Amino acid sequence: MAHHELTAPVTEAQVRALRIDDTVTLQGVLFGIRDATQIALFDRDRKTRFDLAGHAVIHTAPNVKKVPPSPEHPAGYAPLCVGTTTSARMERFTRPLLGELGVRLIIGKGGLGKASLAAFCELGGAYLAVIGGTAALETTWVEGIEDVDLDDLNPESLWRFRVRDFGPLRVAMDSHGGSIYAAVDAGARTKRAAALAALGVKAR
Amino acid sequence: MRIDPQAIESAAKELYIRALKILPDDVKRGFEALAARETSATAQSVLGTMIKNIAVAEATDNLLCQDTGIPIYNVTIGRGVEFGADDGVALKAAIRRGCERATREHPLRSSIVHPLTRQNAHTSCGIEVPVIHLDVADDFEGLRIEMIPKGSGSENNSWLKMAVPADGTDAVKTFVVDCVLDAGGRTCPPTIVGVGVGGTADLCVHLAKRAAIRPLGTHCGDPAGASLEEELSAAVNLLGVGPQGLGGDSTAFAVHVELAATHITMNPVAVNMQCHSARRASATITPGGVRYGF
Repeated sequence: MAHHELTAPVTEAQVRALRIDDTVTLQGVLFGIRDATQIALFDRDRKTRFDLAGHAVIHTAPNVKKVPPSPEHPAGYAPLCVGTTTSARMERFTRPLLGELGVRLIIGKGGLGKASLAAFCELGGAYLAVIGGTAALETTWVEGIEDVDLDDLNPESLWRFRVRDFGPLRVAMDSHGGSIYAAVDAGARTKRAAALAALGVKAR
Repeated sequence: MRIDPQAIESAAKELYIRALKILPDDVKRGFEALAARETSATAQSVLGTMIKNIAVAEATDNLLCQDTGIPIYNVTIGRGVEFGADDGVALKAAIRRGCERATREHPLRSSIVHPLTRQNAHTSCGIEVPVIHLDVADDFEGLRIEMIPKGSGSENNSWLKMAVPADGTDAVKTFVVDCVLDAGGRTCPPTIVGVGVGGTADLCVHLAKRAAIRPLGTHCGDPAGASLEEELSAAVNLLGVGPQGLGGDSTAFAVHVELAATHITMNPVAVNMQCHSARRASATITPGGVRYGF
């Protein structure tokens, strides 16, 4: 269980070095994306002016406050509460994120499925787990909002955050076929019969 | 006491913000209870982060979770409230204004969109939202408003099964266990698993929601329901899903059950999950003023 300090953009080799149960702390740039952002990019062929190659994205739609643009808030938005949303809804976008935009790291909560794991293996990517529902803490790792694109989708815009000591995040899915979620799910399903027996129900 | 729309509006605004920032004491105690018996080191670390977040939210006056949820207001009219013909409409309108003001003035992320056009009015309001339930009670003086910002991670894990009498209570138990398995980490465990049993299809789902938002440490008013929730609480924590679905003993704070009578041909069961950020706030409005709590 190694710890990795990463600053995006990262190389394929850096991502392939990550193994499940390792921890990662991220520095520098982090992009925020959500359902509507990815529907726009991949279903409606909208383009972004941001270069996401080698970068990390986080499944989020933050609480922000509109402010006059300043060196502290160049995009005219102050981050109020930046957290993480459930990744599973966005499962089908993992492959195009990696394949078309060159994203290397997806940060989320609750995990992704088999298709994403296959994409991580083939294309060189990994999933880093944030503890969902701990946004007050997460916000203390966000220095500011540097830029924003596709802002007509607000709050599901494409956000470019500047982060410091973002983490530790847990590598929960790696590029070698490892998935903590798949392992926990398989284990839980083997315990189903015991749970039903405790309830006096015969497993059917 | 007359309904004062101004007081209702400001309470509705204050309640939304309070609910998003301060976790109820019973939920904080729930975390302590889980941490005291958790045997997995990973799960201990995850619970520790969640507990730390509660303190950070209070210290920085920030939201516990970024998800501002679907706003739900449960209004109970108690003793001594004069409720005239126009008061219901005025009360609902005042709550809606308070909800919108919280969103604009704090500001909060508006998480509410039109279901077909997906347009966001940035008010946390829309068709039928905020959800407002009106009820009556005679065990207190004044008007009570409970506010629930229901997070989508857990709300997306909601199920209804129209089981039949021949399936028996076994179908109810099996369904709950399978819902917890299927939800995995997506529902932000540890959860409060809300279970509705009986009623019509829509009432059954509503019961599940009432069960999910009930304070920890409270029990179903029906003895058979109370016994069922005790059994289910122990059983789901045998599965090892753990906090965030990363493994561990702490899958659920508790399973809560609410019951309604049902038809001789029916055996409906519904599950509605509440994530670990089990947020709620309440205000009791009396002629003496407004008292906030959980």
